[in-house]
Amino acid sequence: MSGAVLALVSLAGGVPERASLEALTLARRLATASGAPLEAVIVADGSVAPSAAAALSGAGVTTAVVVDHASLTVDQPDGWAAAVAQVVESRGPAAVVGPGTERGNELLARVAARMDLPMAANCISVEPGDRYRLTRQRWAGSLLEDCWLDAPTRLITVAPNAVPVEAVDGSPAPAIVSFAPTLTDADLAVHVTSREASERGGVSLGDAKVVIGGGRGVGSSEGFADLEELAGLLGGAVGGSRVVTSAGWRPHADQIGQTGLRIAPDIYIACGISGAIQHIVGCKAAKHILAINTDAEAPIMGVADYAVIGDLHTVLPAISAEIRRRGAGRA
Amino acid sequence: MNILVCVKRVPATGGRIVLTADGSDIDTRYLGFTVSPHEECAVEEAVRIVEAHGGTSAVLTLGPAAAEEQLRDAMAIGIDRAILLETDGRDWDPVATAGAIVEAIRVQEAASGPFDLILFGNESADSGGFQVGIRTAAALGRPCVTGVKSLQPGDGRIAARREAPAGGWESFEVPLPAVVSVKEGINLPRYPSIPGRLRAKKKDVERSSPAWRSGGLEKITLRLPKEEVTAAEVIGRGPEAAPAVVDLLARIGVLGR
Repeated sequence: MSGAVLALVSLAGGVPERASLEALTLARRLATASGAPLEAVIVADGSVAPSAAAALSGAGVTTAVVVDHASLTVDQPDGWAAAVAQVVESRGPAAVVGPGTERGNELLARVAARMDLPMAANCISVEPGDRYRLTRQRWAGSLLEDCWLDAPTRLITVAPNAVPVEAVDGSPAPAIVSFAPTLTDADLAVHVTSREASERGGVSLGDAKVVIGGGRGVGSSEGFADLEELAGLLGGAVGGSRVVTSAGWRPHADQIGQTGLRIAPDIYIACGISGAIQHIVGCKAAKHILAINTDAEAPIMGVADYAVIGDLHTVLPAISAEIRRRGAGRA
Repeated sequence: MNILVCVKRVPATGGRIVLTADGSDIDTRYLGFTVSPHEECAVEEAVRIVEAHGGTSAVLTLGPAAAEEQLRDAMAIGIDRAILLETDGRDWDPVATAGAIVEAIRVQEAASGPFDLILFGNESADSGGFQVGIRTAAALGRPCVTGVKSLQPGDGRIAARREAPAGGWESFEVPLPAVVSVKEGINLPRYPSIPGRLRAKKKDVERSSPAWRSGGLEKITLRLPKEEVTAAEVIGRGPEAAPAVVDLLARIGVLGR
């Protein structure tokens, strides 16, 4: 047993994704606090994993494990769970720390189920010890739970947007170790059979620098035209609260909140949104929040940086007109 | 097709969460209860599949006696029967919860045949463990697809679609019996009808009381995150605020040119 801390690192666009770097930061704190080495498994197809492992220099990782298997791809969640479980069995880490993304939680839960180990999802701090003392998010972060995790190998995911990424000065590139898992047909049975691109064009809600969100105050599906117009001028995307998607005014994929998307744009313009906590957890990572609401006492005012008190259906067209007047729009 | 849906009773929290004085739980004295939004959709999906393809549906929960309310809500929109694994109100961690559910499924299947499909919500609204469905599937040796927003039952198989992390969709097809965890958006759940409510009221709820156990994760206390409550700076009122808003957009650097 090495007693190391083993971080799971997933990629986005060929490089380690942000949520994995956040998890790696918490993993490094845990390794430092327990005097253990920090290792990583690159959760990526064999064609890109070695270069991604090399990109971890500066992260304090001593050893990066690259999984080498002819037919394993990230489209096989059970296959990856089997591979990670075998890496854990072979390297004997004290803890495994992964990103608390949809896919990160899924992968570690599958590992946990295979290994009959408990798992703590969406943690924001970890204190090592005989039992680990953790703080984890409940209610998508609107409530925190302090808890004990008691297990021979501690499986932990890290809540996204909760731990700022820290780099380590002067840490060398990790030694790259190849690991060949033994996978059965059953391990590879659940797999992605086909992919489709998004049916909607334009900038995606998850990536947009400007997001215009609509709530009950928008009033109808047609009422979103005012939001769409401003989004078009700013090259932004339109989303909505749960009220709006449950009413069928917008497709569910546009929902911002606990049961929808978590966004982190440069500015979120919340229009006619009262600000239930289930919505706030989806938009609080925005750099700036502007609320447009007739009610100056609405809960959204407690999280917004700026407010315009008024009816969104007169305020938004005026903003669009002002952008056009200045010749500053994109369309 | 025989379908089981697993749900969890959770408080319907509104604008803010209030804790009990000792921080051990949410103060629910003034709150109603519901099931997690993903699970509402799981219940609706089970009803729709049985309506379209025949078969029977059952709903199961591990929770206090009061969770009967959520079971009857599910029967009010068309679930055929309900199973309550009654607890004394203590928290059950994900390992323990999945263990009790697996035991109950084995008992049910021995008595009335296998469930072709077992549905869960992707994660519970309250504790958010992201794992009970996956653990149940692993213990039963069945394939599991998570985060599903579209289901198409076929002959001995089921097709499932979920959103890909970078946008778009990824599709799976797995043999039945299978376990699927769904997300809100797979459907728009119906409201129960009055006759539906009356029918549900008269139905039996099958009960058992599994013994509490620990699965390695133990709550110490709950606390509210430190909130940076800011008073929003009011930059204007009505349409006259437009120039100030556009100035703000320019300052933040999101204006086109």
